[in-house]
Parts: sequence; structure tokens; C-alpha cells
Amino acid sequence: MRQIISTLVLMLLFTITNAQTSQPEMADLMRENGKIYVVVGVIVLIFLVLFGYLISLDRKISKIEKNRS
Amino acid sequence: MKLPIGFKIAAIVLVIYTLIAGLLMPVPTLAILNETIRNLYYHVTSWFAMITMFIMAFSYSIAYLNTQKDKYDTLAKIFVQVGMVFGIIGLVTGMLWARFTWGSFWVSDPKLNGAAIALLAYLAYAVLRNSFQDQLQRAKVSAVYNIFAFVMMILFVFILPRMTDSLHPGNGGNPAFSGYDLDSTMRMVFYPAVIGWILLGFWISEIRFRIEKLSNEES
Repeated sequence: MRQIISTLVLMLLFTITNAQTSQPEMADLMRENGKIYVVVGVIVLIFLVLFGYLISLDRKISKIEKNRS
Repeated sequence: MKLPIGFKIAAIVLVIYTLIAGLLMPVPTLAILNETIRNLYYHVTSWFAMITMFIMAFSYSIAYLNTQKDKYDTLAKIFVQVGMVFGIIGLVTGMLWARFTWGSFWVSDPKLNGAAIALLAYLAYAVLRNSFQDQLQRAKVSAVYNIFAFVMMILFVFILPRMTDSLHPGNGGNPAFSGYDLDSTMRMVFYPAVIGWILLGFWISEIRFRIEKLSNEES
């Protein structure tokens, strides 16, 4: 009986230490090898800013048009 | 010309979708092309946008000759300008693509030379416009020239390259991507990309037109 308990404890200890050496699962999408998602993110950011600028231009022109009429 | 707000939202959504899906969706693995096959979503679509802008300019030039309305002349001018921007994007991106697939920025190929000649024909349109003092004369002559330039563009970009040998896909017996390379996943990105870039072209043209209109009212 004691032998069984001690082996179970040892197995438990082994799995715990083993779990500590392997990396915990985290949000690794942006850190994956190749890191292409970072490039996609940069491109999307640039275009979002450009579109935001285009929208602000559009609204500025609308305001001027409203003032004229 | 007033573009509905839905078109502008669609332009943003489709272009952002193209950027994300175009870079991340799986593509067919082909020798030499490798990942550069993704340029299809950006290089080819630029030409589609350019052609659409030039078709609009062509139609407005015809409309001007029919009705003599200044508005149509302005619209034709703007669509030529925006079309030229997309054409230059197409030419420069094509050069970069050619460097790493064909080995050189420029090869003396009927498709490439034809595209360059077509753009020069439209550059001449801008020069022609600026050479007139009289507004009526400018509008009439440049409308006639724009119709000519459109025919030249069709001839040099679509007809002549197909009659001889060409490196460029879709010409001289070479299959275009639609032949067998463009599989269903690529179509899922390619068609929205075409619509997205074209809508963006319309949006920029609309802003240009409104600015032009405001500055005309001022003078």
C-alpha cells in the first residue's frame, strides 16, 4: 500500500515538474516563427489610418459644401 | 457625382479584407512564383481599377461631346487622373514582381511596353489640357483626344500583346491566372479585392470632384 502511494506521489511530482519545464500556453499568434501576423498588423494599421484620413477629408469637404449652400 | 456612404464603407471593408486575407489565406504552391502569387490581389487589381477609371473617363468624354456640360469635362479629367495613379501603381508593382520572377525590372515585352505606351497616351491628355487657354476649346479637344487615348489603351494593353509572344500571363498563349492557377480560395480574395480597389478609386475621384466644384464656385 505504501509503495503504491509513494509511486503515485512520485508520478504526480514528475508531472508537475515536467509541466513547469514546458512553456505555458499563451497568446503566441503574434510571436510565431515567421511573424507574418506582425506585418499584416502593420499594413492594416497603415491602411486604417489612411482611411481615417480619407474620411476626415470627406467630412471637411461636406462641411464646406454645407456652408456654401 | 455623389457616392453613397455604403460604397465608401464597402471600399474600406473590402480593402482591409484584401490586405488580411490576401496575406494569410492559403495559395497554390507554384515554382518560381512561390508566395509572390499573392501579388495577384494587389498588382492585377490595380490594373482593373485603372481600366474602370478610364472607362468612366471615356463615357464622360462622350457625354460631354453630346451635352457640352462642363461637369462632364471635369469628371473625365478627374477619372483620367485617378486612373493614371492606379496605372502607375500597376506599372511599379509589376516591375518589382518582374525583378524577382523574370529576373529583371523591365523586359522588352509587348505587354509591358504596351502598358507604358498606354500610360504615356494618357499623360499626353494632361499635357494637352494644359496647353489651352480657352475653356470651351480645351474641353472639346481633350474630350476627343480622351476617346482616342482609350482606344489606344485597349489596343496596346489588350489586343497587341495577345497577337505576339509575351512573358506576361494571359498573353501570347500563356495562361492567365484564371486558367488553372486561380483556385476557389484565391477567387474568394481576388473578386472582393477587385471591387474594393475600384470602389476606393471612385471614392478618391468623388473627393477630387467635390474639391474641383468648390474651387470653381470660388472663382
